[in-house]
Amino acid sequence: MTGGDMQEPLLTVRDLVVEFPMRRGTLRALDQVSFDIAPGEVLGMVGESGAGKSLTGASIIGLLEPPGRIAGGEIRLRGERIDNLPPEAMRRIRGRRIGMVFQDPLTSLNPLYTVAQQLIQTIRTHMDVSEAEARKRAVALLDRVGIPAAARRIDDYPHHFSGGMRQRVVIALALCAEPELVIADEPTTALDVSVQAQIIDVLKEICAERGASVMLITHDMGVIAETADRVAVLYAGRVAEIGPVRDVIQHARHPYTRGLMGAIPTLEQTSDRLVQIPGAMPRLNAIPKGCAFNPRCEQVFERCYSERPSLRQAAPNHQVACWLTEEGSA
Amino acid sequence: MSEPLVQVDGLTRRFDISKPWLNRVLERQSRQFLTANADVSFSIKKGETFALVGESGSGKSTIAKMIVGLLAPSAGHIRFDGQEMDFASGADMRALRRRFQMIFQDPFASLNPRWRVRDIVAEPIVTFGLLQGSEITREVDRLLEVVGLSATDAAKFPHEFSGGQRQRIAIARALSSKPEFIVCDEPTSALDVSVQAQILNLMRDLQDEFGLTYLLISHDLSVVRHMANCIGVLYLGRLVEVADAKRLFLEPQHPYTRMLLDAVPDLALSGRRRKPVLGEIPNPIDPPSGCAFHPRCPMAADICTAETPLPRVTPTGQAACHFAGQVGEVA
Repeated sequence: MTGGDMQEPLLTVRDLVVEFPMRRGTLRALDQVSFDIAPGEVLGMVGESGAGKSLTGASIIGLLEPPGRIAGGEIRLRGERIDNLPPEAMRRIRGRRIGMVFQDPLTSLNPLYTVAQQLIQTIRTHMDVSEAEARKRAVALLDRVGIPAAARRIDDYPHHFSGGMRQRVVIALALCAEPELVIADEPTTALDVSVQAQIIDVLKEICAERGASVMLITHDMGVIAETADRVAVLYAGRVAEIGPVRDVIQHARHPYTRGLMGAIPTLEQTSDRLVQIPGAMPRLNAIPKGCAFNPRCEQVFERCYSERPSLRQAAPNHQVACWLTEEGSA
Repeated sequence: MSEPLVQVDGLTRRFDISKPWLNRVLERQSRQFLTANADVSFSIKKGETFALVGESGSGKSTIAKMIVGLLAPSAGHIRFDGQEMDFASGADMRALRRRFQMIFQDPFASLNPRWRVRDIVAEPIVTFGLLQGSEITREVDRLLEVVGLSATDAAKFPHEFSGGQRQRIAIARALSSKPEFIVCDEPTSALDVSVQAQILNLMRDLQDEFGLTYLLISHDLSVVRHMANCIGVLYLGRLVEVADAKRLFLEPQHPYTRMLLDAVPDLALSGRRRKPVLGEIPNPIDPPSGCAFHPRCPMAADICTAETPLPRVTPTGQAACHFAGQVGEVA
């Protein structure tokens, strides 16, 4: 289930540019971001805060907050452009063909409606079914995501549920109209570790069962490692590296990815000091010329200051935006 | 070296969460208490790092607050360098206070946005009257350099810094009263991984340089593994296991510790399958009877619902479980 085979991708993002016009000039938050998601594939999107992970998700689902706007590139869902649709048409895609799971389950559920009301309303908005049928589906779905006594608990309000249970409800809500793509934005960040594993398992299984693709946005490399098929590493609004999870984790080619992997303390490691990347990610108004990573890179050379590297094929399905990577080398 | 600097004995904290008196009378309800910590005992040796881990609601931060004197314990004792911390006597407490400091989780909330960095870092020096006049400025400049900032940063305001730099300022402030003991409450959980590595490395360097003792509070087992000499695992306000850091990860004695370890994502792709964990932390207002962990425990037996297990000595430290010592065999 890797991308790049002959199968037509479900989602194609090409040279996506998102800008925020500000009083003192325009900030470019995403700069020529390109990737594909194959049907049934789980693509991880990882990066530090401000790298543009969530913004990529928001652009795809058409929820960019003004003054942010798509200033270039295109987004296609099964070959059909969705980045320039009128709001009404986008609304029919959102929820129906692309589901969304947000970070905080408390704010993504409406506290004034029962879980049943929210699920049934969503199902009936997108599908032509009766109230009773919608309720039956909702109960089955809650049962599937692991809510005990779903038939009874469906009439509870969100505050009756614990954090992990609430996130299960949100997953049910994202999947209730049987979307082809689910965008999960930090779905486990607000949860405790012991619950995190449960939620990731549910999300992964249920999407696999329905053949839905997943775009998993997170800053947690551990979650990516055990969930995603492929991973895209974002840095300062640009894709630094994209490839199969195993390759990227074990044979990272971009100096940033390598630093990132070394910086994560693990249970297995034995060394005393963590690898550290000096400095911090540049602010959007101060992205350096050439490669955005050049001030922090240990292997920097002249070309990095003058020319911006584009994504180049480093190994099959594995692309890296770095001048150190030679085209086609293995 | 192995002298305990901080000793905590039978520490308990209850919060009164009763409804107002009139409601209690009308609704015929009794008073309600939430036990945030029950009977917590541990000691921290000089120059070492003791870590407390646990999920949200396990009472990690309540312990930290009691140790630095921000909250009074309901029962139990805290001894610092042999001296009982007595919350009644102001003068003695003040003298003790200089010797310990705290670093908070959120560097955006813990620095006053209207103060310049110089004033923030100098505040403990001024409060305790350690230095005068131009010596203060010199000391602040030196501290900023110690934590990896520059002396010119002293004139700036907190908003001009990134999250990691702000945490460095908070560390400089904590160091300014020359403490022996620093309580670090989730010092890196608001930071990105690459910045987290910088801060953790800095904390270790400072420990070596100044011989600091740390109480590190974290929910991240990997961070704890990297930093601590000794680890205490909290569950619903009770210490379920205390063990040497290296051995805790190899030979967990309590089933909850075992479960936490299994839940850590496998970054090395070693094929270690992370086991889905049963259930969630119960409501602390109405905790389960006997051992609070029994509803989620794979080894639970009748005795677990009836009796609260007392800490027992294990090969690696101590564990509060009726079956301590047999965990590895079953799992």
